[in-house]
Amino acid sequence: MIAMLRRDLALAFRSGGGFGLSLAFFLIVVMFVPFGVGPDSGVLARIAPGILWIGALLASLLSLDRIFQLDFEDGTLDLLAVSPLPLEGVVAMKALSHWLTTGLPLTLIAPLLGFLLNLPEGAYGWLFVSLLAGSPAFSFLGAFGAAITVGLKRGGLLLSLLVLPLYIPTLIFGSQITTLAVDGLDNATALAATVAISLFTFALVPFAAALALRVNLR
Amino acid sequence: MSIWEYANPTKFMRLTDRVLPVVTVLSVAALLTGLIWGFFFTPDDYKQGSTVKIIFLHVPAAMMAINVWVMMLVTSLVWLIRRHHVSALAAKAAAPIGVTMTLIALFTGAIWGQPMWGTYWAWDPRLTSFMILFVFYLGYIALWSAIEDQDTAADLTSVLCLVGSVFALLSRYAVNFWNQGLHQAASLSLDEGQSIADAFRTPLFVCLAGFTLLFLALVLLRTRTEIRARRISALIARERLA
Repeated sequence: MIAMLRRDLALAFRSGGGFGLSLAFFLIVVMFVPFGVGPDSGVLARIAPGILWIGALLASLLSLDRIFQLDFEDGTLDLLAVSPLPLEGVVAMKALSHWLTTGLPLTLIAPLLGFLLNLPEGAYGWLFVSLLAGSPAFSFLGAFGAAITVGLKRGGLLLSLLVLPLYIPTLIFGSQITTLAVDGLDNATALAATVAISLFTFALVPFAAALALRVNLR
Repeated sequence: MSIWEYANPTKFMRLTDRVLPVVTVLSVAALLTGLIWGFFFTPDDYKQGSTVKIIFLHVPAAMMAINVWVMMLVTSLVWLIRRHHVSALAAKAAAPIGVTMTLIALFTGAIWGQPMWGTYWAWDPRLTSFMILFVFYLGYIALWSAIEDQDTAADLTSVLCLVGSVFALLSRYAVNFWNQGLHQAASLSLDEGQSIADAFRTPLFVCLAGFTLLFLALVLLRTRTEIRARRISALIARERLA
């Protein structure tokens, strides 16, 4: 499993394309917001936590179809399916490597982009914590969506239609962590709920995704 | 004699051939009775005036929107566990009905909301939950239409329905946490705590029965169509081989 993870990470880093692109996309989304709503710093500060969350969510959506697509096309996935490693483990490792190459960098860069949106003082730490807690759920739910659409020719748009509704609870609780903290309210419930969703997807989604993969490999 | 006998498409067709006309007539009768009674023979509400009468469309549609999803969840589980094709086809047949019910509930709610709350739309938890349910239906239907092989499609949509149900339910609680609402609490409850007046309740129950029967008639009709379509494609495939 570790070898599998290292292989995926090496592929993601060396093949180029996927890794830096989502960060650039995130930067551009954040840059577009002042163009759209105007440069008023009060307004920007109010909407900054939500914008950063939505930006990170969309940026991690971009690279989802790469999780299984390439391995499906060249037959690696067939070999992995008959290997002694359970397919659930393969899914978990692939989702984990997606998170390490997409969710984690986005989490690290989000507070920096917070400066651009005039994120209120004291919200930087919470933004980082909330994305750290929530972004794994994006990768794991995304792996489920990718597993369902892997056999389709043009699955990209369908993939977002399937996956985005599943992101709703994570987005709600996750962006509330920072928003509540900015308003000086207790955010323990939101933080606990976000962590719970991430752990829940970590534990159960690989089974659903592996089931979908087996159907697609049939 | 068990319900699983009707997993056989031929038996299902024979049974529904007899049941469908009865259900159709009953549903038309119940809907006509309920709606005419509700619209013309109930008093105006002392606060809401005659706008309250849209409840006879709004509440049954909203109830069916949720129940259709539950029915899809059950039939998906039956397909995954027991591999009965009729079950998978029933789930496929039910989804467009469910999405229509969701739309009816959203639109009648908007029309009702304008005179009562002064707005067509508010990000109220119940309204938002229905919007989310609508998106889940769309994804489910889109997946059915995207996959050529019917058995693969049935498998994948069933898995999506299971995972989707968990997250739709989770969204409902998340949305409650996120915003306080304008929408009133449930109008009908079995424990009589807070409920609507008797003058409205009886026609409302007739409407609920009418909508349920209407859904039953539509889903049976659409499942029969799906079974026939499946038979035609099987015949065409056989011709090609011969």
